[in-house]
Amino acid sequence: MMPVEKSSEPRFVRDRLQGRSERIVKSWESLLLLVAVVIFLVNVWSSPYFLDPWNLSDATFNFTEKGLIAFALALVIISGEIDLSVASILALASTLMGLAMTHGAGVPELVLIGLGTGLVCGAINGLLVSRLGLPSIVVTIGTMSLFRGISYIILGDKAFTGYPADFAWFGQGYVFWVFSVELVLFVLVAVFFAVLLHMTSFGRMIYAIGNNPVAAQFSGVRVERVKFILFLLSGLMSGLAAVCLTSRLGSTRPSIATGWELEAVTMAVLGGINILGGSGRIGGVVLAALIMGMVTFGFGLLNVPGIVMSIFVGLLLILVIAIPKVLNRLAPAKKRG
Amino acid sequence: MMALFKLREVQLVAVIIAMIGLIAIRFPSFVEPSSLGNVFNDTSILIILALGQMVVILTKCVDLSTAATLALCGMVAAMLNNLYPDLPVALLLLAAILTGALAGAVNGLLVWKLDIPPIVVTLGTMTIYRGIIFLISDGKWINAHEMTDGFKALPRASLLGVPVLSLAAIIVIVIMAIALKRLATGRAFFAVGGNPHAAVYTGIDVGKTRFIAFVISGTLSGLAGYLWIARYAVAYVDIALGFELDVVAACVIGGVSIAGGIGSVAGAVLGSLFLGTIKNALPVINISPFWQLAISGSVIILAVAFNARAERRKGRVILKKAEVAA
Repeated sequence: MMPVEKSSEPRFVRDRLQGRSERIVKSWESLLLLVAVVIFLVNVWSSPYFLDPWNLSDATFNFTEKGLIAFALALVIISGEIDLSVASILALASTLMGLAMTHGAGVPELVLIGLGTGLVCGAINGLLVSRLGLPSIVVTIGTMSLFRGISYIILGDKAFTGYPADFAWFGQGYVFWVFSVELVLFVLVAVFFAVLLHMTSFGRMIYAIGNNPVAAQFSGVRVERVKFILFLLSGLMSGLAAVCLTSRLGSTRPSIATGWELEAVTMAVLGGINILGGSGRIGGVVLAALIMGMVTFGFGLLNVPGIVMSIFVGLLLILVIAIPKVLNRLAPAKKRG
Repeated sequence: MMALFKLREVQLVAVIIAMIGLIAIRFPSFVEPSSLGNVFNDTSILIILALGQMVVILTKCVDLSTAATLALCGMVAAMLNNLYPDLPVALLLLAAILTGALAGAVNGLLVWKLDIPPIVVTLGTMTIYRGIIFLISDGKWINAHEMTDGFKALPRASLLGVPVLSLAAIIVIVIMAIALKRLATGRAFFAVGGNPHAAVYTGIDVGKTRFIAFVISGTLSGLAGYLWIARYAVAYVDIALGFELDVVAACVIGGVSIAGGIGSVAGAVLGSLFLGTIKNALPVINISPFWQLAISGSVIILAVAFNARAERRKGRVILKKAEVAA
């Protein structure tokens, strides 16, 4: 709520709340872009190796797979739900791919199994949340244990290695010069989700559900079906990420991608997706992915241990939400004074 | 009589007894009193954490940082013990508990004063607290020989035949049961979760109540932190990694509603014991411990499905009453 200002000037109501240019300048994405540029410059200044094209290309692997997951997760969060099982779906998909590989599956079969596992897991989450109406946070905490648990049952303390040489293309191949297959995939998926969310009626439905599921239902949106599809997409993207990561690492352990659900959620929230649902844009998530990737890579070049980076991610997650709230609270106070 | 069987607590007792009974048919040694005592003892830390978590969940929040807080407090106690071997154990225990209360207060303040969704706050502090352990310990382990004997002995000591570890759990259970039933703050937790708006009109400060809930959760994590480190006689960054899921699971299984306002001390304790019994039974019936994760996952999903059915029934009844009143 805006406090009513008392002034002697004649009052007028603006046609729009904000002009177009004002909206762009004040948007979350512009702030993220600024942060990204600053981090880029800091990286350039602090390490002479940063600007090398191949180095930058390597840096993209820090966010491509997580980004794939974060895009679909962003849609789930906008609809007012959450999927904490994404990293476990990845682990299970990778494990089943490994299992198929030991039975002589070729590259197309491996990819199909990876994506298929993702779809099935997503469907399980979707059914539990939309059909049975269970809270997604508990359901996906449960499936998070279940899916990774199945990986542990299959693998125990062992690992699958020795994937076919052709399979390495997804995680280690390059389409053109320094542009890796994963980076191209990342861009394509980003465009797909941006179009889906911002240019289709399906996308509008997601916002409607996130803002007011009951109103959406009465407006003729099939809320449960949309939610089911979103969990399906989330599973599919985790499956795709499993194909990429397995191909890049060339091995599968049940502990693969542990903690990625946190990073994917952070990426989405940092990207301006409202954790309570109803707002956010894909462009922001892309920028957030770039920022997190660059920070991780920059710290890596400076030999900062991984766990210190995770402190940074945790702080970022809280600060990103806290700072606008503090500023909002300070702003009216300043006007009054 | 039928109404009694609809209570989650009674169902859980029945399931746990049935489970123990089935195991006893094949492996009679499992039901010896000392063996069952071990099950309780092994589950003590989970019970302590689950009770803290329950208070938080009652207020419509969730604390995913409990395991990280536990590890942080344990490391603080272990490092103090390592640096100053002369400090009495009571002081170290106090240090662990205060660190936990502080960690919980940070969570609570962020939720209360800045109104940040609790899941975001505690996902963030979960990694931050783990990171702090790395920073203060330099990533090093503190092993058994670097701790004093007194430090390690306390959880294993026994009083009147009851191990101190179990005793700690029993004391926490009793205090929580009384506080939640008899204290105004205890009732406030239920009110805040059941209907935050109504709570405001009855004069309850919702934010402050949530803050208190987080402080309680942190404090109990601190206590559990000392007990964990001293019992297993090792402290490092990844202690109790992922244990927060077990804690949430114990609550959900015990009938604590994730939507807030519904739950009981007995439920949380029985939910913990249910998981604890499975954990202790797996090696006895010769199932690889690698099955544990998948089993707890399935149990969480089943439990939440049961909870939803129970709550839906209750919701309708309340609505009918409201209609009559209107």
